[in-house]
Order: sequence, then structure tokens, then C-alpha cells
Amino acid sequence: MALAESDTMQGAKVEKPQGYWSGVGSRVVRDPVSMICLGVVLLLILSALFAPYLGLPDPYKGSMIARLKPLGTEGHLLGTDEQGRDMLARLIYGGRLTLFIGLMPVVFAFFIGSALGIVAGYVGGMTNTIIMRIVDVFFAFPSVLLAIAISGALGAGIVNSLVSLTIVFIPPITRVAEAVTSGVRALDYIDAARATGANAWTVIRVHVIGNVLSPIFVYATSLTSVCMILAAGLSFLGIGVRPPEPEWGLMLNTLRSAIYINPWLSALPGVMIFITSLCLNLLSDGLRSAMNVRD
Amino acid sequence: MSATDLSPSQDQAIKPKTAAPESRDKGGPGQPLVIVRDLQKHFPVRGGVLGRTQAVVQAVDGVSFEVKKGETLGIVGESGCGKSTTARLLIGLIERDKGEIIFDGQGLGERLSLKDLRKDVQMVFQDSYASLNPRLTIEDSVAFGAKVQGLDDPNGRARSLMARVGLDPDRFAHRYPHELSGGQRQRVNIARALAMSPRLVVLDEAVSALDKSVEAQVLNLLSDLRKEFGLTYIFISHDLNVVRYISDRILVMYLGEVVEVAPVDSIWREQAHPYTRSLFSAMPSMDPDNRTQEPPLAGDPPNPIDPPKGCRFHTRCRFASEVCKTKVPKLMGLSGNADHLAACHLHDATSGHPKAGQGVPQ
Repeated sequence: MALAESDTMQGAKVEKPQGYWSGVGSRVVRDPVSMICLGVVLLLILSALFAPYLGLPDPYKGSMIARLKPLGTEGHLLGTDEQGRDMLARLIYGGRLTLFIGLMPVVFAFFIGSALGIVAGYVGGMTNTIIMRIVDVFFAFPSVLLAIAISGALGAGIVNSLVSLTIVFIPPITRVAEAVTSGVRALDYIDAARATGANAWTVIRVHVIGNVLSPIFVYATSLTSVCMILAAGLSFLGIGVRPPEPEWGLMLNTLRSAIYINPWLSALPGVMIFITSLCLNLLSDGLRSAMNVRD
Repeated sequence: MSATDLSPSQDQAIKPKTAAPESRDKGGPGQPLVIVRDLQKHFPVRGGVLGRTQAVVQAVDGVSFEVKKGETLGIVGESGCGKSTTARLLIGLIERDKGEIIFDGQGLGERLSLKDLRKDVQMVFQDSYASLNPRLTIEDSVAFGAKVQGLDDPNGRARSLMARVGLDPDRFAHRYPHELSGGQRQRVNIARALAMSPRLVVLDEAVSALDKSVEAQVLNLLSDLRKEFGLTYIFISHDLNVVRYISDRILVMYLGEVVEVAPVDSIWREQAHPYTRSLFSAMPSMDPDNRTQEPPLAGDPPNPIDPPKGCRFHTRCRFASEVCKTKVPKLMGLSGNADHLAACHLHDATSGHPKAGQGVPQ
């Protein structure tokens, strides 16, 4: 009877099979690029979190006589900005706001967009049409323009930046969530689950979410770098964070005028944005390939 | 672990938890478990700017049949003839446009709600991989239905049923679908269907994707389970030999309609509908001297969006006459064999076909 099948199985692994997430984890750990990027991102987040305990100079305290000191100046490792404030301190403190308004909108948009997309994809029909056409309206604008328009309408400020960036990222995440969910919806195991008499919410919770969340998640992580650049852009334009708060985009703006006097110094906030978004992008790529195994 | 070396105690462990079929039998043994009358499902083909209906695919059009308690009804037919749609209509996965489904004397949508029907009817799908959630362990997949229905000890049920279908729960319970072979996955699907303790199991091409040796094992398992749990099967397949092996009666579909229904022996002796005859003659013979020399049927089935008028088979039928193009044949018992039903003017003496009442010529 089933002997042919069983024999081959006995030759195979006998140990307890690995769970899905531990498998993903072990594959990420084995990927050096992902691990380096993860290290950099963690370093940035931790240094931003623990900035007050690092023994840095006050990032708000300027000095008229110590303005635009070059890199490597005694007491100011990365020099000083146009008001004589310590650059290293401002970059590390700046990471707090920049990372916050760079990551939080994607987190919010991930939850809202996934919910909308899963409902649209699972229910289909009229509900799908209504949700997706509204999303399409937002999609029609380039994301930079939309962020500027909403921020401009709401006025400058951190909360308004968060709101406008969240709105910018809901449509693309909804799109992806809807596409993945409609694909899963058509599979037999959803039909089998419905045939048990389970209601839509139970089917979504047990059978849909687990199978659609990882592609949406990977997509969302790739948006974090875009979001950071957009947030910095809003601050650069003066409709995001207001001075004297340290924020990389804003710092890039205020140091712009010093580019002929001390080009290395004015490039530093840009370097930080570049490194962070690059690492986030590579990390999301690594995550994508680690999740994309299955058989 | 093979399906045969089960201790009787494991079988006993399942039985008491399953509600005895007798106690759920509402209509008595004489009442067919399922009566389907004039079942119809048309799918709209939408298009254009406003998504208006451009055409309708007549997937299932006026299908009627009965399934007696404890029997296996085999449904055969070409791809796209409405077999799977019929199955999905039966378990309420898609809504019917017209017609009645009467389950054990209770009409669906009248005395029987869809929710109640789903306690009694389960389905096993063709694609054993697509029909299992890749993120759930085997045990969770099998136990899901029982949990939803609030049956007691869903995981215990799942494990005992896994043992019953020949999968050692200690080794397989925590595996994921991609770690199993096709045959093992299909056993899981069967266990999942049985975990709801259904009375009717619809097997939609359940063994078609398996290789021959595994297919035979699964077929034997299905026969054993039917006896053990007192199940009724609707077995959909395009493999006539498989259908013959497992079924008591066979129903032949063509373009969304039933063309012939008959007990297995009767249809094997005599195919009363020309379509059934071509279907049977398309079976490869094991005897090289008896090889098929010319195609029994040429071309593809007509488009179900605009099916032929009259008898839907007349465009490909060798015996078609004028009457076949206009008049729809009725499904009726053959003279001398009332259990054998066919929808063909050749058998209806009053149809007006030149050879009416003579049966299908050789």
C-alpha cells in the first residue's frame, strides 16, 4: 500500500521540521549583505534612541566663532554647521526625527493599506471597484507632488508630515495587497475553508493573512527608503520639520549655502540619508529572497 | 506507516466522535441523499467600459440527477462540460441561478441553510497542493473545519483521521504541505474533508493528478472509508476506468447538460447516447490488435457561450438529423431498462428522428 511513499520519507530528515519564519531567519543570517545592512540600520536606530547618553555636545547650542569648522576639528569630530553647532551631535540627534518620520508613515500605511487591499481582494465585486478606484485617484499623482500638496494644505509640522506621507503610501500598498489577495483568493484552499462553513473573517484571518502578508511586507520595507527621502524632501522645502530641530533633510537645506565654503560638511546629511536608504533597500531585497523559497 | 497496519483501536477512536449516520438520517433510507432539479448556472462575460454583460457562458444548464444514500455517482465528460461547476454548486461555493438542490428531503435555501448544508457536504479538490494552505501545518489544516464547526477535540480528531488515511500523526502532524508528496497531500485533503464528519463527499478529480500506483492506493482508501463512515460520494473524473472502479452509477455530461445516467454495468454494456459511445471508444485499449484507428470524435466541443440549438451534440453527432437541430431531447429511461436514462432522439419513438426508437446504430 503506502510503503513506497513511506520508505522514501524515512530516508529523509527525521528531525522536527523547521518552521517558516525560522527558515527565513536562518537564510537572512547567512546572507552577508543583509547582515551588514541590518547592522548599519540597527546602529543608526540605537544611536538615535540613546543619543542623550552618548556624551555628545548639545545639538542646539551654537557658537558664532566656531561656524563651519571642517571635519576633524578638535572637539568637533565632524565639524560644525552654519551656526557653529556640533555636526556629529546634530546628525545623531537628527536620526531620531528622520528615522521616525521616515519609518512611521510606512508602518501606518502598511496596516491601513493591507486591510483595504485584503478586503478589496477577498470580497471582490463592487467593494473592490469602490476601494480600488478611490486608490487609483491618489495613484494618479506622483508621490512627491502628492506629499507636497497634502503637507502644504495641512501646514508644516511633524504630525502633518506623518499624515501626508501615510496618505502617500497607502495607495501603492493597497494595490499590492489587493493583487496578492485576489491571487490567493482563487486558490482551492480558500474554497475548502469556505466549504467548512467558516465566515469571511475567519477565512481571512487563518488562511489569507498569513499568505499575503510577506509579499506586502517586503514591498513596504522597500518603501521605507523612499519615505525617508520624501520626508527629508518635505523638511528641505520647509513644510516638514521646522528649525532649529535637527533633521537630515532640513540640515541639507540649511547647509546648502555653505557648499562652496565647506562641501564635505554640507554633504554629510545627504550621506546619512543615502546610507540609510541604501541599507533599507538592500535589507528588503535580502528579505525578499529569503522569503521566496517554498519548495 | 501503511493504510493497512492500523490497529482497530484507532478506528474505534474515530467512530464515537462521528455522529452515527443513522441519527442524522432525516428522510429514511429510501429518500435520495441529494436530488438536483434543473440546476442552472450562467456566468456573465463582462466587458466594455462599464463592465456590462456581453455574453453568458452556459456552464450548467438544466442539470437534474439523484444520488442515493451510500452510493457513488461518477460524473464524466470532457473538459469544460460543467462537471466542476456542478460540484461547486452542490456545496454552495458558487450560487446557483435556478433549480433546486434537495439534501435528504430538505430544500437548500428553504428548510436547509447553506451553513447546515456545509456540515454535511465536503469536497476534495484536484490540485492537492493548491487546496492546502502552505502556511498551516497538516494538523492545523485538518483540524480547521472541526474548529469552525465547534466539534469537540478538533486536534484529536485531526490526528486520528490522519492515522486512518495512512499518515502517522507523530511524523506528519507538524509538517507543511510542501514537505509531502502528492499522494500524501491528497490523503491529507481526504482527512480534512472527513474531519467534518460529512455525509456526502464530492471528489472533484481527486485522483487525476496522482500517478497510477498512488492513484490506486487512494482509490482503495476511498472505498474503505465509504464503507466505514457510511459516506456517499460524487466522484468527478475524466478517467472512465477509475470511474468504473469506484462508482455505482455514471452520469455523462456534455456542454452543461446531462446526456446519460446509468448503472455502471449497464453503461459498460451499452452506451445509449452517441456522445457516451464516442467517449468510451476514445479509451485506449490494452490490446494492440484492438487499437483505435480513427478518432471517435473530431474537433472541440462548441462554445458554451452560444451552444447549438436543439440537441447540443448534433454538431458532432454521426446520427444527427433535422429534428436534432431544433428539438431538445429529454432525459428518459430506455425501453426495457428504466434505470438507464439517456437524452437522445434515437431512443424516443415519438421524436420524429428517421431512426427513432431503434437505439444508436452500431
